[in-house]
Amino acid sequence: MTQLALNRPARSRRPRSRRRSARKAGLNALGVLVALITLFPIFYMLSTSLKPATEIYSLTPHLLPSHPTLSNYRAVIDGSGAPDPYWTFLKNSLFVTVVAVLLAMVIALLAAIAVARFRFRLRTTYLIMLLIVQMLPQQALVIALFLDYKSWNLLDSLVGLILVYTAFALPVTIWMLRNFVAAVPREMEEAAAMDGAGPYKVFYRILLPLVAPGLVATSVFAFIFAYNEFVFALTFLLTDTSKFTLPLYVQYFYTRSGANWGAIMAASTLFTIPVMVFFLIVQRRMVTGLVAGAVKG
Amino acid sequence: MVRTITGRPGRATSPAGSSEARHARPSSVRHRVAVFIRRYRLAPYVLLVPSLLAVGILILYPTVQILVHSFQNYGLPQVVGVQPITWVGFSNYSQILHDPEFWSSLRISLIFAAVVVPLTLISGTLVGLLLNRLGRKMSTFVASSAMLAWATPAVSASVIFYWLANPDGGIADWVMSKLPGLGGSAHWAGYSWTNSALPAYTLLTALLVWQGFPFIAVSVLAGLKTIPSELHESARVDGAGSWRIYWRVTYPLLKPIYLVLLLLSIIWDFGVFTQVYLIIGPGNPDEYNLGMYEYERAFTQPPSYSVASALAFVLTLILLIITVGYVRSSVRQGAIK
Repeated sequence: MTQLALNRPARSRRPRSRRRSARKAGLNALGVLVALITLFPIFYMLSTSLKPATEIYSLTPHLLPSHPTLSNYRAVIDGSGAPDPYWTFLKNSLFVTVVAVLLAMVIALLAAIAVARFRFRLRTTYLIMLLIVQMLPQQALVIALFLDYKSWNLLDSLVGLILVYTAFALPVTIWMLRNFVAAVPREMEEAAAMDGAGPYKVFYRILLPLVAPGLVATSVFAFIFAYNEFVFALTFLLTDTSKFTLPLYVQYFYTRSGANWGAIMAASTLFTIPVMVFFLIVQRRMVTGLVAGAVKG
Repeated sequence: MVRTITGRPGRATSPAGSSEARHARPSSVRHRVAVFIRRYRLAPYVLLVPSLLAVGILILYPTVQILVHSFQNYGLPQVVGVQPITWVGFSNYSQILHDPEFWSSLRISLIFAAVVVPLTLISGTLVGLLLNRLGRKMSTFVASSAMLAWATPAVSASVIFYWLANPDGGIADWVMSKLPGLGGSAHWAGYSWTNSALPAYTLLTALLVWQGFPFIAVSVLAGLKTIPSELHESARVDGAGSWRIYWRVTYPLLKPIYLVLLLLSIIWDFGVFTQVYLIIGPGNPDEYNLGMYEYERAFTQPPSYSVASALAFVLTLILLIITVGYVRSSVRQGAIK
């Protein structure tokens, strides 16, 4: 905005500020428009999930339900439409996600300390390997993993999912955590060591508290990856519906409910809302983490 | 932070003493391991062991297995153990090369990436530039709604877009019939978006741009924040318009970021699977992209893991070639310090 002022020094104050506020209003209107378009699919999911069947299949779609009802939610939560109630799938998803995130964080933190604090042979090789591994297509690897899991008896098992989610979350989380560990001034650790703290103490008292925000930002990525993951769940969870995670629960309604869109949207909402709430809570750190992890490398 | 340092010396003395006492016991196995690790500077390697095990067993080993399986005959009889696994040389690959469905799926993947990647980059850039000029509150609001689209799970997003474009009660047909010059309701009432490749991939394009632009926008915004505002100001004083300023000042400075974003987008859009699986679904081989075709060859009856492995290896190889560019540009930007 100051650029504008510099550009037209001759004009009087009032028209300039009017022009400026018109320009600002235009930009704000554009911003609102972008936000509305972006939010529309999410809004329409919520709206449809609250509509009774008669309104869902009407020829002229309405933005809001005129007779809102929770019957779609009742149908998908109590399990009359699915083999098990919603809570089973939520529990499975949270269990798999939380354990995988915790495992990935511990393993990634160790690796991040190694690459951020030590210079050693093969360090560059290791980092490049992470970059490459991150890009391998899951739908390709899942063929070999399916055959392995079959022989390791890990099909239809939540443990199997936890293992694969941990491993596939690692490249990104190590890469992100590395920046956070490197940002902790080495002098602080050295000062603590001079004062007689052993390596474990330096870790618990200095490094861990200072890396904690980074751990949170990074774990959000691991969380979203594991909670949303579909390909492995689709392939590894075969017959035992009580082991299904939420993505498969949504897919179950999607493929077998006979186009009952109210129920599908209700299931989809119940799957999406937890991750969105979680995401909004940590959003500020999230954007920082996204930028630190992706753009800086 | 300062608190930690100043609070430290007083408390640190006694545990340090106890660790000294532990070191005094030479027979302890833990002590000997610690000395060994220190003498040979093994600490970084020890720290890397868990990640190497996880990545090695669950990512690298399967990649090698795909290559191995692609030179074997590996189907249901071999999995059950009725027939032995035999080496078949390049026959799986020659089978693929003579398979019209492979070429059609490869073509779809290429065209799809060629359309979606520029659309995502352009829309993301425009939103990023807009975010940079909005006030603080407005910018946060728009960025948050964009990030909600980004955080929407691929499964939910696919199901929502399928519903938006559903012939019975979906909103897309209704909107299209209201738009002038597109044929009206005679053409659009009950129009199915998923019955043939072109409309299905139009829908997928909308879906992937919707999911993909927030990441580009936020990355571009982060890049814009690093450009000193004097550069833009002086360009404006010299009389340059927004378009010229973008191409002469902003873009050259953001070029490294764009290279990474471009390569990442290509990798994601060429290899897209979940959305294609849910919107096109199994059973429509004419509309498969490469990832979908490979997956279906492996997991629809009768499964042919070897042909699917050959397809998977082709897919992996294409993505690896792009990844090499990504790694090189990352290294050049000093990502591996």
